[in-house]
Amino acid sequence: MTWFSILVSGIVTYFSRMAMIALIDREMLGTKVKEVLNYVPAAVFPAIIFPGIFFNDFGSFVESTDPKIYGATIALIVGFFSKNVIATIVSGLLSYWFIIFAI
Amino acid sequence: MLSKSKIFLRGTTDVLPHMLSVIPFGIITGAIGVEFGFDPLLVYATSLIIFGGASQIIFMQLLSGGASSLVAITSVGVINSRHLLYGAVLSEYLEKLSFFKKLFISYFIVDQGFAESNKYLKKNNSQTNLHYHVLGGGITLWFFWQISTISGIILGSFIPEELGLKFAIPLTFLAIIVNDLRKLDHVFVMVVSGFASLILFDAPFKSYIILSPIVALIFAFIMLRFKR
Repeated sequence: MTWFSILVSGIVTYFSRMAMIALIDREMLGTKVKEVLNYVPAAVFPAIIFPGIFFNDFGSFVESTDPKIYGATIALIVGFFSKNVIATIVSGLLSYWFIIFAI
Repeated sequence: MLSKSKIFLRGTTDVLPHMLSVIPFGIITGAIGVEFGFDPLLVYATSLIIFGGASQIIFMQLLSGGASSLVAITSVGVINSRHLLYGAVLSEYLEKLSFFKKLFISYFIVDQGFAESNKYLKKNNSQTNLHYHVLGGGITLWFFWQISTISGIILGSFIPEELGLKFAIPLTFLAIIVNDLRKLDHVFVMVVSGFASLILFDAPFKSYIILSPIVALIFAFIMLRFKR
């Protein structure tokens, strides 16, 4: 079943890449749709980020002092100023580990 | 007039700086997949068949969390719908290619390659054989993505669970959108999506992962209307 899901996901993803290049006339995608598609990353990724920070493994809200909240806050600040992918991830992980293991 | 191989090489060198983020992201993707308890072969298959980092992580996270295949597949579709935009932009330069070349080149359309090729094609639109730039960037990114996910799969079996590597998932996605944090309209859409996901988290079949982006995109659509 998992293999089947991977295969279908692969087909869906390939279709998203290929459709506008090989199948559909690009004029079919109106300016409005293109403008909205611009927001896809902003619309998709926070739905992964927020639960990953604010919920624990059992699906309930974490305390406001949870190490994940500190780690994410530091990553957000570092990311905002550095605009650097690695600095964002590493600063978040290191501060998270620091709180878990050192404090 | 640049030769085909020169344009291909230019595509390759243009995407090289992105390896700084692609390689760690690939390692995290492989390692997380193993940590979720998937068979290493299956984790690798997502890199080969889906070939889209963010969607691969979400796909595995959802399935390991008990989501249905339908939700997992739909999420992959929603996340990867952004490729439609890339295709629409690139198609202008790929129009003259044969149908089979178009089919081949499509497999290699990814975020970083699109960003670089888009810049290059715009600047050199009088050149011929421009699609070699797309291929050069895409194939390079593909190669490093395969190698780094395989490395992650191998490393993943050594990483102790106490490290809480799962926390790398929200951090990685935070890093992906970090460039958009200075655009206020994008930040609004992010906040809507984030809060929607917290409210809808208990919706059946983990459908929050599809519903929240839809709510946020509807918000974006309304916002665009008011902007005019």
